[in-house]
Amino acid sequence: MAETGSLARSSHLKRLETEAIHIMREVAAQFADPVMLYSVGKDSSVLLHLLQKAFYPARPPIPIMHVDTKWKFQEMIRFRDRRARETGVKLIVYTNPEGVQQGINPFTHGATVHTDIMKTQALKQALDKYRFDAAIGGARRDEEKSRAKERIFSFRNAKHRWDPKKQRPELWDLYNTRIHKGESVRVFPLSNWTELDIWLYIYRENIQVPSLYLAAERPVVERDGTLIMVDDERMPLSAGEVPQMRKVRFRTLGCYPLTGAIESEADTLPKVIQEMLVTHTSERQGRVIDHDESASMEKKKQEGYF
Amino acid sequence: MSYLQADDMTQMDQATTAIEAYLQQHETKTLLRLLTCGSVDDGKSTLLGRLLYDTQLLFEDQLATLRGDSQRHGTQDGELDFALLVDGLAAEREQGITIDVAYRFFATEQRKFIVADCPGHEQYTRNMATGASTADLAVVLVDARRGLLTQTRRHTWICGLLGIRHVVLAVNKMDLVDYREDDFRAIAAEYQTLAEQMGIAHVMAIPLSAINGDNVSANSAATAWYDGPSLLEHLENVAVESPASQLGFRMPVQWVCRPDHGFRGYAGQVAAGVVEPGDEVVILPAGVRSHVERIVTADGDRREARQGDAITLTITDERDISRGDIIATTGSPPQVADQFAAHLLWMDDTALLPGRNYWLKIGTRTVTAQITEIKHKLDVNTQERLSAKRLELNEVGYCNLSLDQAIAFDAYQQCRELGAFILIDRQSNATAGAGTLAFALRRADNIHWQHLDVDRDARAHIKGQNPACLWFTGLSGSGKSTIANRVEKRLHALGYHTFLLDGDNVRHGLNRDLGFTAEDRVENIRRVAEVARLMTDAGLIVLVSFISPFRSERQMARQLFDEGAFHEIFVETPLAVCEQRDVKGLYAKARSGDIPNFTGINSPYEAPEAPELHLQTMAMDADALAQQIVDRVLA
Ligand SMILES: Nc1nc2c(ncn2[C@@H]2O[C@H](COP(=O)(O)OP(=O)(O)O)[C@@H](O)[C@H]2O)c(=O)[nH]1
Repeated sequence: MAETGSLARSSHLKRLETEAIHIMREVAAQFADPVMLYSVGKDSSVLLHLLQKAFYPARPPIPIMHVDTKWKFQEMIRFRDRRARETGVKLIVYTNPEGVQQGINPFTHGATVHTDIMKTQALKQALDKYRFDAAIGGARRDEEKSRAKERIFSFRNAKHRWDPKKQRPELWDLYNTRIHKGESVRVFPLSNWTELDIWLYIYRENIQVPSLYLAAERPVVERDGTLIMVDDERMPLSAGEVPQMRKVRFRTLGCYPLTGAIESEADTLPKVIQEMLVTHTSERQGRVIDHDESASMEKKKQEGYF
Repeated sequence: MSYLQADDMTQMDQATTAIEAYLQQHETKTLLRLLTCGSVDDGKSTLLGRLLYDTQLLFEDQLATLRGDSQRHGTQDGELDFALLVDGLAAEREQGITIDVAYRFFATEQRKFIVADCPGHEQYTRNMATGASTADLAVVLVDARRGLLTQTRRHTWICGLLGIRHVVLAVNKMDLVDYREDDFRAIAAEYQTLAEQMGIAHVMAIPLSAINGDNVSANSAATAWYDGPSLLEHLENVAVESPASQLGFRMPVQWVCRPDHGFRGYAGQVAAGVVEPGDEVVILPAGVRSHVERIVTADGDRREARQGDAITLTITDERDISRGDIIATTGSPPQVADQFAAHLLWMDDTALLPGRNYWLKIGTRTVTAQITEIKHKLDVNTQERLSAKRLELNEVGYCNLSLDQAIAFDAYQQCRELGAFILIDRQSNATAGAGTLAFALRRADNIHWQHLDVDRDARAHIKGQNPACLWFTGLSGSGKSTIANRVEKRLHALGYHTFLLDGDNVRHGLNRDLGFTAEDRVENIRRVAEVARLMTDAGLIVLVSFISPFRSERQMARQLFDEGAFHEIFVETPLAVCEQRDVKGLYAKARSGDIPNFTGINSPYEAPEAPELHLQTMAMDADALAQQIVDRVLA
């Protein structure tokens, strides 16, 4: 019989964990059809772990859903399916069928169109199809400026839009979960976590994450100063372009053509954390999609991007 | 393809050792949650940006974006504009103001900080309250040139309302007053008085220039006269831990865990105190008791759990427990009540109206609530208490609160988790108000219970009648029951809703424990009068046919009713006639001594002095008398 978990009870991480568990239980108790959005990355891994803890010894009463753009790293898909089997949590996978029909891809249509159709639109379609009234996501307030202002229980109208000027006041841990038919709430249990907290928690709790987060020799090409991994044969190479093996890792995971790798020697989790402590580049820089104006994330979010 | 798992990394390489050491240090760090507030343009965003910059939490790419943004939107002639770091929403940038609370994170060697950067504009006060509700400490900014403003007072008041006991008064823009000590001292003194009025115990005033970094993370030569700590130094060292809570164990049930028939657990977060397996607990508001069996967590069973822990409890008995119930120590459990005095901050564009129903969420329970009375609202600028019929957006008031069911609670001062509530608009679902419970009102103190949606008038109205009590008094055998019965039949035929309380019948049920002593006769009448009054509240015309021989009891009954709703009907038949009729053979028994205390024989009958109706049964027949009564009641 363990007296406590591996975390010291008074620690900052324990407080964050407790808060997240409280939030997940509120969702299970207050919504009819909640779902947890699972994107296979490190934040999703932490969410899945917390989901299991929150409802132990019961199986989590909330299914997980992955919006698959069909351009994810192959390892992500294998990892996803294995974790679903191991945890026994119900997994829903959704892909925008029209997008597939039209052959939408990041190369011919560009990052913005691809993300909009295969991610933003797909997510809305999935939420409508399954009539989910609450969707748990892994966004954190330290990621980006407009997220720093978002509530933990973030209201969405029937068109999935976020109105930053009309956010509900959110006092104490008394979350207002009342909505009308068709409306929904996005819930962010990791709001108060920083990227470093996520990694330390993964380490402390022994949580599985895809090995893409660790440095390894991988075939990459350089595009506009960003290192892109050639994950399958669909990656078009210009004449004379030859993928090079470089020791790289990823700080975030998404569609492989849109996810920049960083050169790194950190091939173990502690080394990754150590690199983080001395790092001077924030995590979103690896996402090709947010590069332009810093207000872009807010725009995407208003339109329903997670 | 291999998957990463910390387990696999058996090699205790250098990084692992370094991380272990870091983690150890990181874990023992305390956490300080603070908010920054004050009037718009006092320099909050600049100060916070400066703190992030000084603690080196800015990443290179963020700095690059900041440089770009400073050129494009900056107000500092292309110099780094720290405010742009934290003004996140496009709408805010355009207007150059902060409209919503933004959360920021930074850490030093000693502490981790979560900062809620709160908006200054009055119309965003509700957002400020959002940030304040989870903060241990508030940094209130003032502009050294402008001193205390309305928003300074409002924000300080809200900090006080939400129980924040530590405030840093950051007197900013000292560069613009040439770092004059006198200016600083004057503002600090004025604020000290204000904070005391609002019950804020600890104030630390610091002279600053956010733009130049004076006294932000290190003491500045520009204020040589100031010998206190820099802002960061103070934040790192201030002790905000609340004095150890005296409360015993309590936990709101959040979710009932039933994976299979063999297991039934109650999941929640411990709000106060300590619990161990074997402890006796009470489940509130029901009040049933049981014992704690196990404290279950995913990391294994626990030998104890304390405030803040997320756990699942099992108990030794089968009890009907659901979400919203409170499991508490039997030693000093929370009180249970349905009427409260409470402080309230209104946050909705639609005003608060007394008597309107709202959802109230407290702990994990949601009930229906209404404000029965606004005792006063507060002018935050002058601290004046004003009378009010409603609370508008951003107004604060002190109110009486009434719930449709009793709940377990603690005063907010004692326990935030069991004393804080929000009100939700039932049409729009907006979070309309936030409040703190002060104390329970005794029911009798609450003179405004008629704010119930369906009241007596409403019930009478739906029946299309004026409720009334027809009180028939007279000797046994005088004809009360016969006449009352005919009256009821006629009213009924006319479509009125009636009920007849007959003395003999009531003595078989409600009053079967009562005899015929004077005390019992008094109690007999008291009960019947109360029942009759409830029935008129329900909208009925009630006929009471009781001997009711004493004047004082009939008077007592009369006082329970409104003017005009009580009709005393004296049915007068001479004793001799009654005795001669003796329908039930009682007079004979009384005469022979078999019945003690029989009215008229061996117990007195006090005839009414001024009845509404005086019927002499010898003069008219029962039908005619009944008609007389019907005419009078319907008049
Ligand atoms: N001279 C001077 N100006 C300041 C100082 N702090 C802030 N400001 C300026 O005051 C204005 C409002 O600052 P901002 O941080 O946006 O205020 P907020 O509305 O409270 O967030 C900006 O033009 C700042 O550059 C200071 O210490 N000294």
